[in-house]
Amino acid sequence: MIAASARDVVMEFAGGDGPVRVLHGASLEVPAGGLTLLVGPSGCGKTTLLSVLSGTLAATAGEVEVMGERLSALDDAARVRLRRRRIGFIFQQYNLLPSLTAAENAAIPLVTAGMKLSEASRRAVPVLQRLGLGAHLDRLPRQLSGGQQQRVAIARALVHEPSLVVCDEPTAALDAKAGHTVMELLRSVAAAPDRAVLIVTHDSRIHGFADRIVEMEDGRVLGERPPPSRNDGYQGAVHD
Amino acid sequence: MIEIALRMLSGDRTKYLGLVSGIAFATLLIAQQASIFVSLMMRTANQVLDVREADLWVMDPRVRYVDEVEPLRDVDLARIRGVEGVEWAVPFYKGTAILRTREGLINQVSLVGVDDATLAGAPRKWVKGDLSALRRPNGIVLDLQGAQFIWPGEDVPLGRSAEINDVRVELTGIADVSPPFITFPIAYMRYSDAVRLLPPQRNVMSYVIVKAAAGTDPAELGARIAARTGLQALTWDAFAWRSVEYVLTRTGIPVNFGITVLLGILVGAAVTAQTFYLFVFENLRQFGALKAIGATNGQILAMVLAQAAVVGALGYGIGIGLCALFFEVTGGAAALEGFRLVPQVVGATGGVIALILVLSCLFSIRRVFVVDPAIVFRG
Ligand SMILES: Nc1ncnc2c1ncn2[C@@H]1O[C@H](COP(=O)(O)OP(=O)(O)O)[C@@H](O)[C@H]1O
Ligand SMILES: [Mg+2]
Repeated sequence: MIAASARDVVMEFAGGDGPVRVLHGASLEVPAGGLTLLVGPSGCGKTTLLSVLSGTLAATAGEVEVMGERLSALDDAARVRLRRRRIGFIFQQYNLLPSLTAAENAAIPLVTAGMKLSEASRRAVPVLQRLGLGAHLDRLPRQLSGGQQQRVAIARALVHEPSLVVCDEPTAALDAKAGHTVMELLRSVAAAPDRAVLIVTHDSRIHGFADRIVEMEDGRVLGERPPPSRNDGYQGAVHD
Repeated sequence: MIEIALRMLSGDRTKYLGLVSGIAFATLLIAQQASIFVSLMMRTANQVLDVREADLWVMDPRVRYVDEVEPLRDVDLARIRGVEGVEWAVPFYKGTAILRTREGLINQVSLVGVDDATLAGAPRKWVKGDLSALRRPNGIVLDLQGAQFIWPGEDVPLGRSAEINDVRVELTGIADVSPPFITFPIAYMRYSDAVRLLPPQRNVMSYVIVKAAAGTDPAELGARIAARTGLQALTWDAFAWRSVEYVLTRTGIPVNFGITVLLGILVGAAVTAQTFYLFVFENLRQFGALKAIGATNGQILAMVLAQAAVVGALGYGIGIGLCALFFEVTGGAAALEGFRLVPQVVGATGGVIALILVLSCLFSIRRVFVVDPAIVFRG
């Protein structure tokens, strides 16, 4: 099953001297039940494609489908609803709310869906426990390490059981060991048959976790390349 | 979401305190300036408001406010008494005179003459002596502030003598009366005594104050008196307002004060709007993340409004409290005597602060509405 797909997506940003084209007809399919890695040099348009694919940025041209819904056919409100129900987000900068505890941060997608914060936080507890944060439920983000914060962010991306989880450079701000842990967790998340995980990265150390690797360059998707043998993990970087 | 919004506030203590104190400052500034202004305007009307016995004030048609006196002829009194619906009508003198103390100090005073028989318009609250003070020949009653002004630093004893327009008078009472707009000491006398002190002139009767008979509508009676006599007859509140309006429209005071109040509002608005805008702006990334995750613009608006409501209510409460404290502390000073936190000002300030906050919200929320949720992907 294809969780999300982009076909011939063109993205232009307004620039000083007219529009700047960042995506030149990029196409990509993200199948459920696996971890897809979108790789390429910095500035090639990976984040832009991820934003378009997750319905946070409207494409200039082309078709995007998420769980069978064509984004261009949805109005703003419907697109927000789709994000809220179907997509989990993990950012390079974690983007946790500094005054909420780990459990409360992880609970946010349930709260935006209308649940009370206390009830939602309770629901987030098992997710955090699975991610090894059972002892840190009531900590504020600033009391957690970078790796722990990213795991809270993962919990937040999973708490509402989305079909598609998108991650932008999830390991870029982490040291090798924390990055390894985070990738292990994301790979186990992707193992669920009805869930797709799409990770955008220029961190070649994490290629070993992928089920598929898709290469991008200059706003175009070049194609798939075979992942290195799966159990290499965090290549050559981890000694723990 | 509201809960999250409030946690965002309380979790950011510095900005929270900054916002609350900004709004408290704005509230204090606006409420205090506006209260002083309103109290000052009220002083214009105080001499009218203090005469509670009368329903109507009858005066020359040319009179525009209480301190502008065009004397009536004595026959007018009889003509007014002849209008049906008049329970009683008595003369009321209001003018200025020179009071000279035994030490030779000269003071201009505001001289009020009340009807010999009824003493209508006499003070009601007494510091020393009582109403009988006005029945003594050439007895004068001074207002407390005035007595302290004429004989500073003394607990002025009754029986002290002085001269008004070179006629010897005796202090027979000290009363507590609302301070007038022009802060001359006020000297009350019997009408006949007051008139006798004046230099010879054709007419002396400043006003005739009138009580309407039971069941007679004062406004209707006023119209009837005006029609019969050709004089101007105003209900006490109409006259009080007319006096306030005169000061409002004919003097530079409201302009100067209006500018101060306006400045208070502007400074308050600027401080509030800026702090709030800054708060929202600095949380733009948090709002962006919430939007990416699936918060609707409506939810974000509710969050920002909730934050504004909380800091607004707190800041407003503190500001009004400080303002009340200010008037409590300064209440003893003669220049600020009777100045207080006017209830209407409390309400209006709340309205202004709420408006400022709503505008700040709308102004800041635009930033949040247009923020691309994709910003959260950027480093
Ligand atoms: N909102 C924007 N406005 C203008 N240019 C943008 C915007 N977002 C991205 N770009 C440009 O698009 C190009 C691709 O950016 P991005 O998708 O972030 O690349 P990557 O994630 O592969 O590093 C860059 O040159 C970047 O400067
Ligand atoms: Mg990027």
